[in-house]
Amino acid sequence: MKKFSSLLHNLILTPSRNTKIKLLQDYFKILDINRAYALAILSDQLSFQFIKASKLKELVYEQVDQHLFDYSYDYVGDLAETISLIWPTNKEGKSQNLSTLIENIKKIKKSEINIEFSKVLSELSNNERWTLIKICTGGLRIGVSERLVKNALADLYNKSVNEIEEIWHGLEFPYENLFQWLRNETSKPKIDFKKLFHPMMLANPIDEEKDFKRLNASEFQAEYKWDGIRVQLMVSSKTVSLYSRTGDNISSAFPEIIENTKGDAVIDGELLVGRNFKPSGFNDLQQRLNRKKASKDLQEKFPVFIRAYDILFYKGKDLRKLFLYERRKYLEKFQKENKTNQIDLSLTIKFKTWKELTKYKNNVHDDLNEGVMIKLKNSEYLPGRKKGYWYKWKKNPKLVDAILMYAQRGHGKRSSYYSDFTFGVWKENELVPIGKAYSGYTDKELLILDKFIRNNTTNKFGPVREVKKEIILEVAFDDVFPSSRHKSGVAMRFPRIHRIRWDKLVNDVINIDQFKKEFKIE
Amino acid sequence: MDFINHQLFIKDINVHIDPIFPKKTAIITHGHADHARFGHDHVIATRQTIDIMKIRYGDKCAKKFTPLKYGQKYSIKNYDFTLYPAGHILGSAQVLIEKNNHRLVITGDYKVGKDETCKNFKLIKCDTLITEATFGLPIFQHPDPKDEIKKLIRSVKINKYNCHIVGAYALGKAQRVMNLLRQQKYNETIYIHGSLEKLCQYYSKEKINIGKFEKVSSKDKSFYEGKIIIAPPSALKDRWSRRFPNPIICMASGWMTVKQRAKQQGIELPLVISDHSDWNELLDTIKKSNAKNILITHGQEDALVYYCKKQNLVSKPLSIQGRSDEEIE
Repeated sequence: MKKFSSLLHNLILTPSRNTKIKLLQDYFKILDINRAYALAILSDQLSFQFIKASKLKELVYEQVDQHLFDYSYDYVGDLAETISLIWPTNKEGKSQNLSTLIENIKKIKKSEINIEFSKVLSELSNNERWTLIKICTGGLRIGVSERLVKNALADLYNKSVNEIEEIWHGLEFPYENLFQWLRNETSKPKIDFKKLFHPMMLANPIDEEKDFKRLNASEFQAEYKWDGIRVQLMVSSKTVSLYSRTGDNISSAFPEIIENTKGDAVIDGELLVGRNFKPSGFNDLQQRLNRKKASKDLQEKFPVFIRAYDILFYKGKDLRKLFLYERRKYLEKFQKENKTNQIDLSLTIKFKTWKELTKYKNNVHDDLNEGVMIKLKNSEYLPGRKKGYWYKWKKNPKLVDAILMYAQRGHGKRSSYYSDFTFGVWKENELVPIGKAYSGYTDKELLILDKFIRNNTTNKFGPVREVKKEIILEVAFDDVFPSSRHKSGVAMRFPRIHRIRWDKLVNDVINIDQFKKEFKIE
Repeated sequence: MDFINHQLFIKDINVHIDPIFPKKTAIITHGHADHARFGHDHVIATRQTIDIMKIRYGDKCAKKFTPLKYGQKYSIKNYDFTLYPAGHILGSAQVLIEKNNHRLVITGDYKVGKDETCKNFKLIKCDTLITEATFGLPIFQHPDPKDEIKKLIRSVKINKYNCHIVGAYALGKAQRVMNLLRQQKYNETIYIHGSLEKLCQYYSKEKINIGKFEKVSSKDKSFYEGKIIIAPPSALKDRWSRRFPNPIICMASGWMTVKQRAKQQGIELPLVISDHSDWNELLDTIKKSNAKNILITHGQEDALVYYCKKQNLVSKPLSIQGRSDEEIE
């Protein structure tokens, strides 16, 4: 554990890619069970069921005064780090290796978790505590991508990184077959590619000024961009399974898809809620997300379907090296052969010039699409966000001017700044908050806002600062819904700070009724 | 204690403590720029603090200077002032103010831990304590500085072809890092940024063991391989630091406790070496001072105020103009 935690500590503080690779290679010179755990952790494939952020907070409150912890957490902006620093230091116990530690934690009974896990935390050094909590909560954020780990391994053991990439998703902990192959003891692990989740091809945002001058419209195909969740559907005569963009198996949450799909293919598409292939909006879809199962009632109220974008395999044949327009023919064929109420095709938009495409991008289909996708007709299906093939062109966001009301320190890399902003509009003579944003501003604007907040705090509620009501923020957002959970009665989707309106005064800001009217909310 | 206001100003006799604007009479706790400023009529401080002010701002940075020894009483009307060691940097002092049997102590910046570069902190019993709170959160529990400096020495040994640039404030921290290196028998010449030269010379003259040092000059790049260079934090991001071979950027500061902060500042080797008290030392000082009234200045005052109130002490934050948190030396 000492070795692994100092690896993470060094990785997080090293800006240089080469040094990171060197650190990883020093660590992976040996390939043992500890390294297997390390690999699982670095690629985010290890998680503990019952030790989540809320449980950790509960444990730390047993150790230190709640207010003192909250002040500290607000300052540090990172839960793992706050807990590891504030945890009362006991005598360090005997140092354990990574695998033993994790296996012991996995053995802890749920009923004894408070006592037993606290004991583990007490016996670790600061840095090991930090590492363990990071492992438990997942998402290390140490500036090391899966790709970098693969690169380090490939380079260290004289393999090509593409070979590793190819078999990656078919590998399982404890990676014996991988390690043996790396050490040249066996040949490359055999993977059943049909059963494997295939990393998805993603799009880059288009740069309207540069890209449209550069790109030839006739070489591209356009489709609507739907506001659902991206999925990969694997269908064979034996099984049907559904994966999220990150490769999580989400089959059990969408039984109607699993039960009704036929054929033999791997499909890339968007999961949406709606009847007769008419999407009904993200708010409805949300009712079906983050659930393990879906009741009959829920399936009836919020039926789901998949709008297919692409096809990766057809009857065992790997289509990924074909071009998009060729794959499209296979996709249409698949759909014709296997008609169901659960899959339809994403429409391709006919257009000749980029200008012509603009009208499709904005305000069609009752606001339900987010914009358009622009895809090179001659594009292979390439995993990741490769440049030059697929672009997304989002419609212009909705905008509203609102008054800065409260601020809070941000988390992670923005933790020393007041970077989370709550803003509101008028309700009679008072202000009512309509949303909270922590992105969109430039670095310069952030510094200005941070300084304003420090110098103009009128009230403090724990970590939250109330400020003088004089800054007007132009807030951009994707959509807004009615909400009974908020005082204002509205909830915004993806609000961000567009700019600071120095030219406006607080009296220029609209009231909540005008806001609802403008954005058509009951 | 009504005689002093939240700006540390005693109106009765027109005396300020560490004022940021030019004033008639200023008692200066130590030489850092957020405490010692240019342009007062009359400065009262320790001899070293006065020397340091003159080095930084010139001989005429005040019209009149009154040096005080630690423990020596100085009276203005019915107010008695005495300076005591604060253990922060060379010459740093706490100010004890006595009036009609009321004892008030302004700690200034202070640390309780041992430091060979200055006189160690002396605890003063009092009725009212005005304490700093730079590290006033329970996450700040400073490790032994010897262990931190060993990390630097180890890294220098391992990375023979890199140079180590250590960010440290020009006054106090830089010399302390040098002294800590000497305590660990690091006997090589230490290279310093030009802005540190006069202060290092002064420390040497005051018989503080900082060993052999030399100003960085335009030598062949490879000359600095394996060397330790000390520079003010502002120089780390500057073009200045690019002239060195494969620099490993280090920083000696209490803020380095928090990894995220170190990362934000691009620090690869954080060294938790602080000249301020950590959380436990702050609590301990408050307790042992016997003060019933605790006022808390610059830093993370919220948590400390909360803690004092829980101990049934009267406590509130003092917000002193010109000192926002995290900009303190």
